[in-house]
Amino acid sequence: MAGSLVYRQTVWMRAAHWLWAVCLFFLLLSGLGIFNAHPVLYLGKESGFAYDNALLEIGARDGAEGPRGFVRILGHEADTTGWLGVSGEDVQAFPPAVTIPSYYSLATSRIVHFFFAWVLVGTLLVWLAAGLRSGHLRRDLWVTGADLRALPSDIANHARLRFRHGRRYNVLQKLAYAGVMFLALPLMIATGLTMSPGADAFAPWLLALFHGRQTARTIHFLVMLALVVFFLVHMLMILAAGPLNELRSILTGWYRVDADAEGEAE
Amino acid sequence: MNRRGFLAKGVAGASVLGLSGCKVLDGLADQEGALHRAVASANGLSYRAQRLIGGGHTLAPEYAEADIRQGQRPNGSTNPDGAEYLALEAGGWAGYRLAVKGLVERPQSLSLADLRAMPSRTQITRHDCVEGWSCIAKWTGVPLALVLDRAGPQAAARFAVFRCYDVIEQSLAGGILYYESIDMIDARHPQTILAYGMNGADLPVANGAPLRLRVERQLGYKMAKYVHTIELAADLKGYGEGHGSYWADRGYDWYAGI
Ligand code: HEM
Repeated sequence: MAGSLVYRQTVWMRAAHWLWAVCLFFLLLSGLGIFNAHPVLYLGKESGFAYDNALLEIGARDGAEGPRGFVRILGHEADTTGWLGVSGEDVQAFPPAVTIPSYYSLATSRIVHFFFAWVLVGTLLVWLAAGLRSGHLRRDLWVTGADLRALPSDIANHARLRFRHGRRYNVLQKLAYAGVMFLALPLMIATGLTMSPGADAFAPWLLALFHGRQTARTIHFLVMLALVVFFLVHMLMILAAGPLNELRSILTGWYRVDADAEGEAE
Repeated sequence: MNRRGFLAKGVAGASVLGLSGCKVLDGLADQEGALHRAVASANGLSYRAQRLIGGGHTLAPEYAEADIRQGQRPNGSTNPDGAEYLALEAGGWAGYRLAVKGLVERPQSLSLADLRAMPSRTQITRHDCVEGWSCIAKWTGVPLALVLDRAGPQAAARFAVFRCYDVIEQSLAGGILYYESIDMIDARHPQTILAYGMNGADLPVANGAPLRLRVERQLGYKMAKYVHTIELAADLKGYGEGHGSYWADRGYDWYAGI
């Protein structure tokens, strides 16, 4: 049963949310463009050319009827022609449909990536300050003991796509959002900085933390994949939970809660 | 609109946006365009931030002998074929001279023997290519600061420009020669050396013989190979297409500390 509208998102949170959406879009697509310049990920301080420390490689080689794309992970290979390595006329790791710019230009991908890296970091700092002041971080994202006790029933509810629309986030939601904000994004920034030779000079501990520049590059890639999974699940949950209500909330701040959730304490 | 209709429209809309979005953004590659310039300005921020935090004098990490597990991967030009260069190589570099000129009090012309006679520095460092790979090697050479001291930089000098023997690209107007430039902070940095040795041997041709630059806090393309002239300059407009390096003329960041 539909209840009344509550004001759930402050203007700061909404602005930050949309800035991130823009940043992540550009960072992802320009990042895939950067990856295409050398589509191999390694573990360690350097890239093995005379020895093998590759974890993942996306490549192409000649076949009987033109080039074939492949993905190799720890020595195991799969043919990915049409998707990765080779797609249509294009012989590059990630196809033009998912890179910025849509043709190969490492220089352009890099300036786009670093521009939005700055915007992302700036937005994160403003969001942190605003969220600490308003209590949003403590109230809405901090995972409590009570939250964890509610976890099994919350998982069961999600599995049945049964959502309770309250003023607050449920536990899985909290875990997902906190994981992105306090784990994934800081990891992206830290591994991104580790790849910078200038940053390594003033913060060499980054190299120790991530076990070398090439491992940092690999972690950067893996967390990117995790963020893509988060995004897809985020979209699915919004569709399942009622897209119009969710959209109104993140655009205007107003969210319609279930009737039985109206009396929920602040 | 029911929920399924909404879903279908949403997905269609998102994918059109996504695909055309990329093409729309291709204009970014136009280096003189306003969009490109706005986006590239973030690099100036990275440059200033790194100079602010590092104070300009932090050292790049150095590695142990055990970390050298392979040869240095050559990249870019690996075999210059100009007549002058080939003649010098045939003569075992006996005729090679490094010119130091521009905004200096005492222009220099130094042979390889002169450079080897100066105090040297050996460092095991990680070479990071802009493409994404890294390679660790040992470099031996003379600190650039010592060479500059001999020449006596004038107060107006803000950049060191490196001119090279290698033709990096054939254009309609003829061969384009590689060149690079760094600011005076990097030029005077203790790890910035003119290397004539690599992994305990003479610098091979593929890696920049007889003399190449090492700028350890920046990416590989800054480390010009086959250097024959160093010019101190007040600005970079007069070189190449005016962006301070062959790759910067092609849209790459002039400051490559990231
Ligand atoms: C949070 C969203 C981000 C996403 C989805 C993302 C994605 C990517 C991807 C896919 C690559 C290609 C190679 C690789 O995976 O290592 C890449 C490269 C890179 N990213 Fe990011 N990135 C993000 C944020 C950042 C931030 C905040 C920074 C800076 C602090 C950064 C710095 C870099 C650098 C320096 C590279 C170049 C690596 C190389 O030389 O190959 N990234 N990014």
